[in-house]
Amino acid sequence: MKKLRDRAAELLSQGVVSLVIGYEEGTKRPRPLFCRNSESTEKLIFDSRCFHNLAVYITKKELVGKEHFAVTAPISTLRSIMQLYVENQLSEEKLLVITVDLSGELREFTTFDEIAAYVAQFELKRGEREQEILTKIEGMSREERWKFWMEEMSHCFKCYACRSACPLCYCSKCVVEVNRPQWINPWPAPLANMEWHINRAMHMVGRCTACGACGDACPVGIPIDLITRKMMEDLAPEFGYVPGQPAKQGNALSSWKLDDREQFIR
Amino acid sequence: METKYIGKDGIEKWFNAIVASGKRVFAPVNARGQVDFKPVKKLSEVAGDYIQTTQSIKASVYPKAEVLFSYEKVNGKVNLTDFDPESVPETVLWKVHPCDAAGFKPLSAIFNWDTADKLHNAHLIKTSVISFSCAAADESCFCTSVNGSPGNTSGSDIQLTMLPDGGAIAEILSPKGEALVALLPSVFEADKGEKKEKYLVDLPARFNLEEVNAKLNKAFDSTVWKEQSERCLGCGACAFVCPTCACFDIQEDAHGSKGRRIRCWDACGFAMFTLHTSGHNPREHQSQRWRQRILHKFSYMPERLSVVGCTGCGRCSRACPVDMNILEHITSIAKQ
Repeated sequence: MKKLRDRAAELLSQGVVSLVIGYEEGTKRPRPLFCRNSESTEKLIFDSRCFHNLAVYITKKELVGKEHFAVTAPISTLRSIMQLYVENQLSEEKLLVITVDLSGELREFTTFDEIAAYVAQFELKRGEREQEILTKIEGMSREERWKFWMEEMSHCFKCYACRSACPLCYCSKCVVEVNRPQWINPWPAPLANMEWHINRAMHMVGRCTACGACGDACPVGIPIDLITRKMMEDLAPEFGYVPGQPAKQGNALSSWKLDDREQFIR
Repeated sequence: METKYIGKDGIEKWFNAIVASGKRVFAPVNARGQVDFKPVKKLSEVAGDYIQTTQSIKASVYPKAEVLFSYEKVNGKVNLTDFDPESVPETVLWKVHPCDAAGFKPLSAIFNWDTADKLHNAHLIKTSVISFSCAAADESCFCTSVNGSPGNTSGSDIQLTMLPDGGAIAEILSPKGEALVALLPSVFEADKGEKKEKYLVDLPARFNLEEVNAKLNKAFDSTVWKEQSERCLGCGACAFVCPTCACFDIQEDAHGSKGRRIRCWDACGFAMFTLHTSGHNPREHQSQRWRQRILHKFSYMPERLSVVGCTGCGRCSRACPVDMNILEHITSIAKQ
């Protein structure tokens, strides 16, 4: 921890960066911290409880401005940062990524390739919770799955915490807010909720890196992260991707190749 | 107001009598790993051990989405069907916490600020509140800091304080409460003289409301809003679980020559909430929206409606994905 705090203080006092985004102790669990001076780096922590995906902040112009900044990143955040690079949302010159590796040493990355090499060591696995719920859902018939999700979605009140917590939901205007034409009914109701969640999921296919931030943020406990996670797991092998390892060739559903093996697309 | 005693068996019989009367009964139910208000028919369905429901009971008097009116154009003539107050069923809310019941007052103050709100008032008239005083609290609770208490009876028609024998002290607080007692008066016995206070959780106040108000009056241009709101994600979780947040949106469910106009929940924390058609947004940054949330509850509402817009239920702090803890933030403003 001391190494991280010292390094963050050094980066700020030397003017290498003007902001370090990290974690501090919260009232219930670690929470995001924004250090703009070396004194505030005393609050920095980094451990296995630091779950929140800080990549959600790095596309917010009003927070990061035009200056150079650093972000402390556990694996899930690193994956999101890679995906943001793939989608041309980040500039390698501006962002310094810091992590603490398994041996407790600081690691710093300034390029996509460095992060990719590091992240490749970590296989994306289902946790206990994901395994339990996904096994249950995978055992259902299509009708049972529809019933399960309709019931779950009926609890949604459209606070959009899922969207707000997702690092990849950076659109300045979300499809749910487009009203000419109004694609999705914006009020909360079972079917209107399903319309929103299907749209959200479809916009995440081939992009989601299964960080779980959306499911964690949902105040009414809908396991929505598992929809995009499952889609990623199903899609990755079909398109030659490694789950949780965003690749430079681009997103599965938004890239196009002359030598695609499927006839219909050529 | 009258105080009675009701025994353990009496509570169940009375509950069954309320259900049998045909009224809708909503009570906290433990399902999907969360405790929330749901329609119930049996006392055994009601959740036991929990501190707070995830959502408030606000939706019972201010539904998430409600049709204001519907319309249809037939042969050049427009038929309007207005909201019918008689369509609202008689509803009993069982096992409401005092901080939730206390939310009715600020909520109604907003909905009746200038024009009396037909929809909200229709729900309110048809709703009876049976609150249970609080024997337990957690670190997010702060009702005693905002004019409330674990035994606050504001907004309640009856308040029960549970006793060790499984019975309860029953405070009958309004004609609606008397009407509920009249469904099975035989189970209500003479008051045994037990002091209610003995059974309430001890929850010391965490800040002084007047002090906070005085600080807020000078804080509009403070840097505190930006400092506190940097991590805020701008979602509506806090507003939607809040018992007093009343922001709404009006939406059109139009299908050719017929449709419905719907009022649904909205939140001042959303970037789009104040976005003008011109493209100008008077609350462009999250810090301005956070300031609005706090000032509205702790400054504008006390000033204009003579009621605090926060009941200290702590739901916003529990629901926030990034630990925007309202108690911590207000306490830090009070100390500045």
